[in-house]
Amino acid sequence: MQITAISERLAGFRIAQVRANGCAVAACLAAGCRGRQSALDPAGRGAEEIADLFWWMTGGACVIWAGVVALTVYAIRFRPVARRGHWAAMLIIGGGAVLPTVVLAGLLIYGLALLPRLLARAPEGSMKILVTGEQWWWRVHYQPTVGTPVALANEIRLPVGEPVEFELESQDVIHSFWIPSLGGKMDMIPGRRTRLALHPTRTGVFRGVCAEYCGAAHALMAFDVVVLEKEEFARWLNAQRLPAAEPVGSSAALGRERFFANGCAACHTIRGTAARGIVGPDLTHVGSRRMLGAGHVPNDPGGFIRWIEKTDRVKPGVHMPHFGMLPRDELDALAAYLESLQ
Amino acid sequence: MKTHPGDPEPLPYEPSVELQRAQEERLRRAWTTPKGWRYWSEVNNTHVGLWYVATAFIFLLFGGVLALLMRIQLAVPDNGFLSAETYNQVFTVHGSVMMFLFAIPIFEAVAVIFLPQMLGARDLPFPRLSAFGYWCFLLGGVFLCGSIFFDAAPRGGWFMYPPLTSSYQPGIGADIWLLGFSFIEIAAIAAAVELIVGVLKCRPPGMRINLIPLYCWYVLVAGAMVIFAFPPLIAGSMLLELERAFGWPFFDPRGGGDPLLWQHLFWLFGHPEVYIIFLPSVALVAMMVPTFARVPIVGYGWIVLSAVGTGFLSFGLWVHHMFTTGLPGISLGLFSAASEAVAIPTGVQLFCFIATLAAGRMTQSVPMLFTLGGLAIFVLGGLTGVMVALASFDFQAHDTFFVVGHLHYVLIGGAIFPIIAAVYYFFPLVQGKQLSEKLGKAAFWTMFVGFNVAFLPMHLSGMRGMPRRVFTYPSHLGLDGLNLASTIGAFILAAGFAIVAWDIIRPKRRQPISERNPWGAGTLEWLPKMPPEPWGVRSIPEIDSRYPLWDQPDFVRHVDEGRFYLPDADEVTRETLVTTAIDAKPEQCLQLGGPTFVTLWAALTLGGFFIFGTWHQWWPALISLIAAVGVIWYWMWTGTALIPKKPTKDVGLGMTLPLYESGSKSVGWWAMFITMLADFTAFVSLVFGYFFYWTIHEDFPPRPTPGPGVLWPGVAAGLLLGAWVLTLLARHWNSRDQAGWFYVGLSGAALLGVAGGAALLAGPWITGLDPKTGVYPATVWVLVAWTVFHVAVGLLMQLYCLARRWAGRMTARHDIDIRNVALYWHFLTLTVVLTVGVVAGFPLVK
Repeated sequence: MQITAISERLAGFRIAQVRANGCAVAACLAAGCRGRQSALDPAGRGAEEIADLFWWMTGGACVIWAGVVALTVYAIRFRPVARRGHWAAMLIIGGGAVLPTVVLAGLLIYGLALLPRLLARAPEGSMKILVTGEQWWWRVHYQPTVGTPVALANEIRLPVGEPVEFELESQDVIHSFWIPSLGGKMDMIPGRRTRLALHPTRTGVFRGVCAEYCGAAHALMAFDVVVLEKEEFARWLNAQRLPAAEPVGSSAALGRERFFANGCAACHTIRGTAARGIVGPDLTHVGSRRMLGAGHVPNDPGGFIRWIEKTDRVKPGVHMPHFGMLPRDELDALAAYLESLQ
Repeated sequence: MKTHPGDPEPLPYEPSVELQRAQEERLRRAWTTPKGWRYWSEVNNTHVGLWYVATAFIFLLFGGVLALLMRIQLAVPDNGFLSAETYNQVFTVHGSVMMFLFAIPIFEAVAVIFLPQMLGARDLPFPRLSAFGYWCFLLGGVFLCGSIFFDAAPRGGWFMYPPLTSSYQPGIGADIWLLGFSFIEIAAIAAAVELIVGVLKCRPPGMRINLIPLYCWYVLVAGAMVIFAFPPLIAGSMLLELERAFGWPFFDPRGGGDPLLWQHLFWLFGHPEVYIIFLPSVALVAMMVPTFARVPIVGYGWIVLSAVGTGFLSFGLWVHHMFTTGLPGISLGLFSAASEAVAIPTGVQLFCFIATLAAGRMTQSVPMLFTLGGLAIFVLGGLTGVMVALASFDFQAHDTFFVVGHLHYVLIGGAIFPIIAAVYYFFPLVQGKQLSEKLGKAAFWTMFVGFNVAFLPMHLSGMRGMPRRVFTYPSHLGLDGLNLASTIGAFILAAGFAIVAWDIIRPKRRQPISERNPWGAGTLEWLPKMPPEPWGVRSIPEIDSRYPLWDQPDFVRHVDEGRFYLPDADEVTRETLVTTAIDAKPEQCLQLGGPTFVTLWAALTLGGFFIFGTWHQWWPALISLIAAVGVIWYWMWTGTALIPKKPTKDVGLGMTLPLYESGSKSVGWWAMFITMLADFTAFVSLVFGYFFYWTIHEDFPPRPTPGPGVLWPGVAAGLLLGAWVLTLLARHWNSRDQAGWFYVGLSGAALLGVAGGAALLAGPWITGLDPKTGVYPATVWVLVAWTVFHVAVGLLMQLYCLARRWAGRMTARHDIDIRNVALYWHFLTLTVVLTVGVVAGFPLVK
C-alpha cells in the first residue's frame, strides 16, 4: 500500500519534472543554451540529470535572491522590528536558520540522490575506452566487448543508447576529461586511474575539452565526440581496426616516403607500415578524423600543412617539432599522404 | 551604568587645564613620529597600518590591471593579444596577488589601524612585529609582482597543482611562488598572532568579552583561522620546493608520491582562506550597519556564534574543491552536506543585519550604498555557492567559468564592496577629511553595473562549456557574445575603481576638516579628534556598554580631559594597558617598543633567504638566514623583556599596575603559545602526509623497513626529553635565583639537545635512506629535518637565555625569556615524540 503511494508520488514528481523539463528547455532555447559543448543542451543521461538539477536550483536561487532583496527593502522602508520587537528573533531564526535548513535539506535529498547514478560504473559487458591525457592531446584506446582493441587519438565515436565506461589516466600532468553534452567531468591524475561512465542518448557531433589547467596549451586540448547509430558505429570501429591504406597516386606515395625520411615514424604509428613510434598520436586513420591537433585545426590538406609547418605557432609549447624548413612540394606530399589515411 | 561594584568611576573632577596640557605634551612626545627618512622607522599602528592598507590597495590595482589584460585577450575568440605563456602567467599572478597580496593583507592592515582604536588601546601589543610583517609583505609582494615584467612569473595557477608545477615547469616561476608566498605567509601569521593577542589582552578595563565590538570577534575568528589554515600550505610549499630543488618525490607518482596530497594540503588552506577574506569584511559591515541604522546591532550573540561556527565549518569543506578527482561517493556526499551547512551561519549573520536595519531608521550614505549593493551581490554568489557545493552539479560546473562567476560574486560582493564601504566610512579617521559623496555614488553605480555585466554572463559561458584558465576559445561555440559582454563590464568596473582611487588621492587642502565622529557612531574608534592626534586615545576609558559613545554619559568629554586611565606619559615612553582575557581586568601597564629600523633589517635578511633560495643559491641564502638570526637576536635583546626602571606604576584613578609580567600574564607568552599552535599545525600537516601515503600505498612503510630503525630515533627521543626536563629545571632554578644551577641545567639541556638532534639525524643517515629514491625515505627525512631544525632553534633560545642571565637582563623575577623558551620546548618535545613515534614506532605497529 505504502509502496504504491510512494511510487504514485514518484510518478507525480516525474511528471512535474518532465513539465519542468519542458519549461526549462523552452527557457533554454530562448536564452541560447544550445551548443555542441553546452552542459545545458544535453545528449547523455548524466548531462540530462545535471541540467534538470541546474534549472531547479537556478529557479530556486532566483526566487530566494528576490525574496532577500525584497525583504531588505521592506526592512529599511517599513522598519518592522522597530515596531514589533519579536520580529527580530523571527527574522534571524526563520530567515537565517530555519529557511536555509529546510531548503538545503530538500536540495541535498534531491541532489545527492543523483550521485549513485552519476558515479555508477557502466554495466558489466559495456564497451571500455581507455583515454590517456598527454600535453596536449588525447590517447584513445578502444576495448570493445567483441573484436580486437584498437588505438586511436584525439577523437571519440560512440554508439547511441549504450553505456560506455571511460578509464582515465595521465602520462604527465593532471588533465580533466569533460564532454559537457554527455555528462560531468573526471580528472586524469598521473599515478591513478579514474573512471567515468557516460550514456549518450542522441546522435550528433559534440566537443570535449580538458578542464584542468595543464600548461601552456591547455586551452587547445579538445576533441570531437561523434555519437552514431549502433550499426554505423560498428562499421566505423571496424574500419579503424584495419591497417592503413596503401597510398594512391604519386603525391601520396611521395608523402609516405618523406614521412619516413623526415623521421616522423620515430614518434607516430601508422599501422600496416614500419611507423611504430608511440610518443605522439596514432596516425593510421588520421585522414578520417574531423579535426587535427587535438580539436583545433580543420582536417583538410591546408590544415595538415599548417600543422606540420607551424606546429609551435598553432599550439604553443607543443612537444612536436615544427617542420617549417621543408620545401612546399614536400609539405604538399605529406599532406596528401596523411589525408589519404582514411 | 556600573556593573561591578568597586569599579572606579572616571575622575570626579576635571584636571586643571595646565595639567591637561602638560599631559598632552608628554603624550605627544612619547608618540611623536620621526621626521625625514627616519619616518620609515615608525612602528606605531596608525602609520604601519596605513602603509599596509595603501600597499594592499596598490596590489589590488595591479591585480585588476592583470584582469583587464585577460579580459582583452578573451574579448574575441582566437585572439592574439597575449601569448599562451603570458596569459598563463597573468592569470596565475592575478589570482595569487588578489588572494595573498590583497585579500589577506587588507584584513590584517585594516585591523592593525583600527583594532587598537576600537579597543581604546594606544597600540597593538607588539608594534614592531606589525612593522616587521609589513616590510616582509612589501618585499615579498614586490618580488612576486616584479617577476612578471621579466617573463619569469609563476604560471602554474594560484593553486599550483603538481606535477605540472614540479617537473613540467622549469625556470624560477614556481620557486618564486613557493618561496615568496611562504615568506609572506609567515608574515601574515605573525600579524595574526599580534591581532589575536591584541583582542584578548589589550582591551579597556570593563570591556568584558561579551562587550567587545563585533569586529574584534571576527578578528579573533579570522586570526585563529590564519593560525590553522596557513601552516598546511607552508608545509605543502616546503614539500613541493623540496621536490623541485632536490628531487624528493612527494608528488611524483614515479617515486611513489601522489599529486592529490598537494591538493589536500592546498585546499585545507584554500577553503578557510575564503572565509579569512570574507569574515573580516562582514565584520566591517557589522560595524557600519548599527551606525547608520542608529541602533545597536540586533542579535550580537547570534552573530558571534555564527562567525565562530563558520570558522569551524570552513575547515571541513576543502574536499569540495576536489569533487572531480575520483573520490568515493560517500566523501562527495558528506562534503556536499558540510559545504551546504555553511550557508546557515552565513544566513544568520545576514539576517541579523537585516533585522538591525528593520529595527532602526537607516540614513542614506555612500558606505550603506556599498554595503547593501555588496550584500545583494554576495547573496547571489552564496546561492551559486550552494549550487556548486552539490557534487552532482559540480561535476559539470567544476573548473568552468561558472565557478569564476561564482567566486567573484562572493569575493567582490562579500569583500571588496564592504571594504570600499569601509574606506568611505573610516576615511575621516585617517585624513581628517570626508570623501566625496558625489564621487562615491558615481563610483558605486559604475562598479555595480560594471560588475554584473562582467560576471553574470560568466555563469552561462561556463554552462556552455567554457573551462577556466583558457587563453583562448574557438568562435563557433556560442561564447563570443558572452565574453565580449564580460570584457565590457570589466572595463566599466575598472572605471568605478578609478573613481574611488581618484576620490582618495585627489587634493583635499581646501576641503574643511571633518567634524568629530561624523557618522554619529557608538564605538571607541570614533573617539579621536579631527585631525587625529598620534596617541590614539587621550585616556584609556572604562567601558560597560557595547556602544559607549551612545550609552555612557559625558563619555567623550571624560576621555578628552584625561579622567580615565593612563592620561599621562610620565617617562615619555609608549604605554598601553594589558587586561585579563575574559573580564578585561587591568593586569599590567605595558611599555611598547618605539621607532626602529631593526624590523626592516629583519625583513630584508629573512627575505634574502627566500629570494636567494628562489635561484637555488643556497650559500647566499644560508648567509642571509644567519644574518636574519643575528638581527632578530639583536631585536629581542634590545627591545623585548626589558627590566623596567621601577616595578609598578600609577596608571590613574588610584590604580597601580606592574610594568613587568611574565608567564601566562605576559603578552609575549600568549604570542609564543599561538605561534607554536601554528608551527605545530604545519608539523601535523607533514605527519598527515605520512599517513596519507600509508592509506594509498600497500607497502608504506615498505617491508622490510629500510630505516631509520628504532635505535637512533629512540636515543634521540631520550636525549631530547632529557633536554626538555633540564630546561624546565633551569626555569625552576632561575625563579629560585639559584644562578649556578640555572647555568648548569640550561647548558646541560643545550648539550643534550645537540646530541639529540645528531642522534635523530643519525637514524636515516646510518640506515642509508636516500630521499631522492622514493616517497618513504623522503617523508622520513622531512619529518626528521623539521624536528632537527626546531631543535636548533630551541638551542639558540637556550643560549639566548644563558646570555640574558649572564648580562643581567634576566633575573629570578624578570624571567619572561626562560618561561617562553620553556613553552617552546613543550611544543618541541611534543614534536619529537610524534616524529620518533611515527618514523620509528609506526613501522613496528604496521
